[in-house]
Amino acid sequence: MPRRPQPRFPEPNTQPYWEAVKDGRLTYQRCNDCNAVVFTPKFHCAACSSENLSWHDSSGAGTIYTYSVVRQNRNPVFSDLGAYVVAYVDLDEGFRMMTNIVGIANPLTDVHCGQRVQVQFEVQESGDYPIPVFAPV
Amino acid sequence: MVTQQQRQAAIVGIHEYPLRLAPGRSALQIKTTSIIAALRDAGLQLKDVDAIYDPAETEGGGGLALSAYLGIRPRVIDTTAVGGSSFEFHVAHALRDIQAGRANVAVVSYGSIAASVRRPIGTGNVTGAGEANWSGNMEDPYGLTLIAGYAMVAHRHMHQYGTTSADLAEISVATRAHAMRNPDAVRGMTDLAFENIRELTVQDVLESRIIADPLHLLECCMVSDGGGALIIANKDVVKDTKQPPVWVIGAGEGIKYRENGGDITVSAAAQSGPAAFAQAGVRPDEIDVAMIYDSFTITVTTMLEDLGFYKKGELGDFAKGNRFRFDTALKPALNTDGGGLSSNHPGMRGIFLLLESTRQLRGQSTSQVANARLAVAHGNGGQLGAAHAGSTIILARD
Repeated sequence: MPRRPQPRFPEPNTQPYWEAVKDGRLTYQRCNDCNAVVFTPKFHCAACSSENLSWHDSSGAGTIYTYSVVRQNRNPVFSDLGAYVVAYVDLDEGFRMMTNIVGIANPLTDVHCGQRVQVQFEVQESGDYPIPVFAPV
Repeated sequence: MVTQQQRQAAIVGIHEYPLRLAPGRSALQIKTTSIIAALRDAGLQLKDVDAIYDPAETEGGGGLALSAYLGIRPRVIDTTAVGGSSFEFHVAHALRDIQAGRANVAVVSYGSIAASVRRPIGTGNVTGAGEANWSGNMEDPYGLTLIAGYAMVAHRHMHQYGTTSADLAEISVATRAHAMRNPDAVRGMTDLAFENIRELTVQDVLESRIIADPLHLLECCMVSDGGGALIIANKDVVKDTKQPPVWVIGAGEGIKYRENGGDITVSAAAQSGPAAFAQAGVRPDEIDVAMIYDSFTITVTTMLEDLGFYKKGELGDFAKGNRFRFDTALKPALNTDGGGLSSNHPGMRGIFLLLESTRQLRGQSTSQVANARLAVAHGNGGQLGAAHAGSTIILARD
């Protein structure tokens, strides 16, 4: 079972995001004043300086913006995974997040920019929080 | 409107610490012996220094501890710390402070023993430890190594513009050719137990192992010890210094970070470069020597593009005819000291870009460009593709 690092608290910006993950929901914020998408989670809107934000559920569907297959990481938590894919995924709602791409036979050939992916919540060996990762549709 | 080029501040003293593996030395020792040597190079003394610029990479308190150790009381202390680009920011700030009459003799310095203490820079970052923090909470679970961050820029660059690994390898090839002419670089590669210390071919680069797709080992900088210092003085002090002055004629600063819908193939150089060239009143095609932060090959091409040397994705065409080598007629020569790829990279390489630019404009490089008049040093700090800072310094000889 994977041993990806858990989020750590107190961290007030990101705690609502992770509590939703625990419920199997991928969430992002919108500005109630100018409707801008806000992500990574925070307490203000960079577009209009408003602090009036609300949380929304994402469909979890997105597109790989870019990626790399990591062949060397001296941290055993990750080196034990073998070659693994780290990526930025553009969610359909308009936010971009760092993630891993899983569920592929060969990470060296089966991942590409522009590929459609869907979120999964991957349970870890220890810790309360599953980690949102993505697999090809 | 053409800006009138100003010649109010010049680099008058330099020193590059010669060793790339310096067991038994401390970072502070490398830094401060470099400062003394750079002052001697200029014909100045510690008591002449009234401004200190320090990224606080050594012992406590940044400019405070450094001043106490040196035994000086500067009027200006600037501890801007933006990773490898800190030193270009320092030169930009020294120029500003000298122009404002707040400083006469400014010191920029660096020391590191990253290799001796085996600092895990590229692939050894342990995430998910320490105090909770905002960005770490969203990124630590995913095992992004520093190299993979740059590799993601490279993949997107390939996707958008058709850039190839063979194109990128040209940067490694030219840089190693320059390193082989630099005795300190050759000794460094030897001390750091490099394999195949010789000129490289594109094929050599493509056959080296991949660290994080699509970046090969020979597209990644080394981890070394090292450091150096430079002295910047106002034009009245310059008259009495020993070496030919190298004028700081343009400076620009910028930052970039990952944004929803943003383009990670564009770096902070797109902000800092135009500001620096406008202040200097020169164009990229007039630059003889380009010292560009080569943490990785992708860093170099992204910055050359953003500085205006060629359009996105035109590296393959631009690099033809050995353009980047010091001894061809085509400008600019690139990273003529051997770069971070093949000379030294103790973690924050920006100071070496300024030191080699100065050597070139004095006529003192081991890969001397004939009649070099203009150089650009562009430093990058933080992570390309994520939050990073860039600063562009344009230098001219008399």
